This record gives sequence, C-alpha cells and structure tokens, in this order.
Amino acid sequence: MYTAREYVLPKTLEEAYQLNQKKQNRIIAGNMWLRFSSGSFGQLIDLSDLGLNTIRQTETEFIIGAMVPLRELEKHPELNAYTGNAIRDCVQDIVGTQFRNSATIGGSIWGRFGFSDILTCFLAMDTEVELFPSGRMTLADFTAQKPDNDILVNIILKKTGLKTAYRAFRYTATGFPVISCCVSKGDFWRIAIGARPAKAMLHILPDTAVLSSAEDTALKELLDKTIFGTNSTASADYRRHLAQVMIIRAAASLEV
Amino acid sequence: MEINYILNNKKVTSSITPHTMLLNELRSQGCFSVKCGCESTNCGLCTVWLDGTPILSCTMPAARIAGHSITTLEGLQAQALEFTRFMAEEGSDQCGFCNPGFIMNVLAMARELDNPDQNQINHYLAGNLCRCTGYAGHMRAIEKYLAFRSAIQKGGADND
Ligand SMILES: Cc1cc2nc3c(=O)[nH]c(=O)nc-3n(C[C@H](O)[C@H](O)[C@H](O)COP(=O)(O)OP(=O)(O)OC[C@H]3O[C@@H](n4cnc5c(N)ncnc54)[C@H](O)[C@@H]3O)c2cc1C
Ligand code: FES
Repeated sequence: MYTAREYVLPKTLEEAYQLNQKKQNRIIAGNMWLRFSSGSFGQLIDLSDLGLNTIRQTETEFIIGAMVPLRELEKHPELNAYTGNAIRDCVQDIVGTQFRNSATIGGSIWGRFGFSDILTCFLAMDTEVELFPSGRMTLADFTAQKPDNDILVNIILKKTGLKTAYRAFRYTATGFPVISCCVSKGDFWRIAIGARPAKAMLHILPDTAVLSSAEDTALKELLDKTIFGTNSTASADYRRHLAQVMIIRAAASLEV
Repeated sequence: MEINYILNNKKVTSSITPHTMLLNELRSQGCFSVKCGCESTNCGLCTVWLDGTPILSCTMPAARIAGHSITTLEGLQAQALEFTRFMAEEGSDQCGFCNPGFIMNVLAMARELDNPDQNQINHYLAGNLCRCTGYAGHMRAIEKYLAFRSAIQKGGADND
C-alpha cells in the first residue's frame, strides 16, 4: 500500500489536469489496482466530483463517464441491448459484485492491462476515448500509446449498428481470463484478442471472411498474425487453441 | 484530515490520513465484524454498504466516504439474525470467519434482486470466498431465507 500527503477532489477537469502534471501525484479511480502501488504519493486526485459517473446517450453514441463503475455497465439496459449483452458478458466475471461496484471503466481502460476483459470488448467495437485536454481519439490509437498525464474523461461507444459477441475462458469463475475474445460485425469484422497474455490486439477482416471452423483460411491467418505468449497460467499453444474456439463460437452467435 | 459521515445511522466525525482505507477506519470505530481476509481485493470478507450498495472496504479510501452513509453488520443485527437462523438450521456455519462479509452481501442481494434463481445467487455471491461449510448448505439457507422474506412481503401486501 502507498501513503499520500493529501487527498484532493478537484472541481474542474482543468484543476485535475494541473494536479496530474506533478510526478508524485496520482489519479485515484476505483483504487482496486492503484492500491498495489507502494511508495509515497503527493496528492491523490479523486475524480468523483467531476460528474463522470453517468452513462449518457445521443442518437449516434453512448458517452460513458470514466468514473462509471463496472457494475453499472453490467446492468445498463440500453447499452446491453445495443451490444447484444457483450458488455455484460465482459464485466460479469470480474472478481465479484462488490468489486464491480467500485472498479471503474476509466481505470480499466487507462491501465491498458493485458488481462483486461473490458479493453478487449471495447476494442472490437466502434470506440473512442475523450481525453483532457487532448480531445478524442480511437481506442485502438489510445491503447497503442504510452500512458501520459492527460485525464481520461469519457469512453464513447458509437452506435454504428455493429453486432457484437464476447467470449473468455477462465480456470475459476472469478479469476483472470486465460484468453479473451470479442468479435463484432458491421461492414467488416473486428476481432480483438486479449490476455494473450499481452494487451488486446485488434484485427480487421472483410465481412466476407469465413470464421466458422478451424479449417477456414481467414481464421488460420488471423491466428498466425496474433502473438500468443506463455506464462505460468497457460502456454502460447493452449491460448491459440482457446482463441480459435472462442472466435468460432462468438462469430457463430452473430449469425443467428 | 477530518471527515463526517453516517455510520450505522449515527453521525461520526473522524480524523484520518489521506491513505486510510475504510476498513481500518471502521475497525477504529469499533466495528470488528469488518475484517481483512486477503490483501488482494479478492475475498469479499471486508464487505460493507456504501449508501446501501455493497463494496469492499479494504480498498475504499476513507476520504471518499465523507458525507455518505456506511452500514456494517453491527448496524444490521435484526436482519442478520433473521438470515443466520436459516444458516444454523442448514448447518452452514462452521468457523464463521467469512460470515460477516457473506451476510452483508446476501442481505444486499435480497434488496437488489427480485426472486433470483440459483445461477443469479451464485453470480451475485461469487466474490465471497472461503465458505468452508460448503456452498450447498449456504444455497439451501439462502433459498429458504428468500422464500421466507417473500412470503412475509406477500403477507404484508395482502394485509394492506
Ligand atoms: C484482484 C483483481 C482482479 C482483477 N481481475 C480482472 C479481470 O479478470 N478482468 C479485467 O478486465 N480486469 C480485472 N481487474 C482490473 C479491474 O477491473 C480494474 O480495471 C482495475 O482495478 C482498475 O480500475 P480502478 O477503477 O480500480 O482504477 P485505479 O486502480 O484507481 O486506477 C488505475 C490506474 O489508472 C489511472 N487512472 C484511473 N482513472 C483515470 C482517468 N480517468 N484518467 C487518467 N488516469 C486514470 C490511475 O492513476 C492508476 O494509475 C482486476 C483487478 C484486481 C485488483
Ligand atoms: S479483505 Fe477486502 S476483498 Fe479481501
């Protein structure tokens, strides 16, 4: 556990951003991951007073505040209707109800964790992030970039009519995923594979690609291009095999 | 720093550090039902309610609860007794170490979910580990408790 000199609740994004420019200061969201940091921080910057805990909708997008807890995503009727429950499916096995009442989408996306169910899921959908002060960029670009001192304000899910399905494999009900896959289909396929164990990777394929069996060339090529690794949880070969099965199942569920 | 909050329906003023976690704050207020079982945000033993919602107190910064309401098992004695009667009858109580967090989450579930089935119950409680008496005994106790509650509620409605 860390120690900190001060706990601050900025009232504006500008104030939060200014505080976040100091190296010893830290933004605190759900604190689920941050709690494992050791050392001494200057100011803990709590984003709770910035109104970032709501899910709003326009005709063209869902705007999800960075401080929205995972459990709210899980229970949100419109978000889950739009994503065919992919959002519920990607968060519902993360630790437990109490955990998901505090862990936030902002902390999950910001962390760019290799094991992240959430990053995998949102990467396969038409997602942008809104940063202060840099503005909007695609989630794929954000994921590729190194963490800086901006504030993650919103996660924006565009309503582009994609069909989406999420699948992951865990050894225990609430453990980390051994592999996570999210498949969506619109004008083309978007396939994200996470927990490789490195962070999720996105593949784009033409909508004519067939992903229905292990023999399909498109699926073989996609798996060849994906870097799977070995760690104490699983071997690269095993992860590749699981990914193949998960993608076939997720893709099949979109065809019904 | 100083915070004001409501603990089990009573106003509390407390002096904390910026890195005090709610668990330690609650124990310093004498709520010894609130225990740390894992140090990895995984076990559910430290469950309390923040404005009625179950959370893990081991990771909740105490500074964040200023102006909010916290409920621990100490503040829910009557409801807990009602449920633990069923646990005793089903023999689903052994060393009792994980009981406080488990009971807090069962009571939260009973408030949040309408007529949950076994899958929903298992899912809601999946973050409460240990449970050495066995998950089957717990499930029997929960189902009987929920049936009892719903009978009382229906009875209450009929009497109106
Ligand atoms: C035991 C455990 C098991 C887990 N299992 C899973 C799992 O199976 N699948 C999964 O997907 N995830 C899992 N997670 C990750 C979890 O879901 C959260 O993603 C993670 O805890 C971070 O979210 P948080 O809100 O707690 O952020 P915090 O821990 O508070 O913050 C994380 C980091 O992000 C920074 N940050 C937070 N918000 C912002 C913002 N708005 N702008 C800029 N920087 C910000 C913080 O400074 C910090 O460095 C697990 C975590 C734990 C501790
Ligand atoms: S003590 Fe809080 S989750 Fe284990």
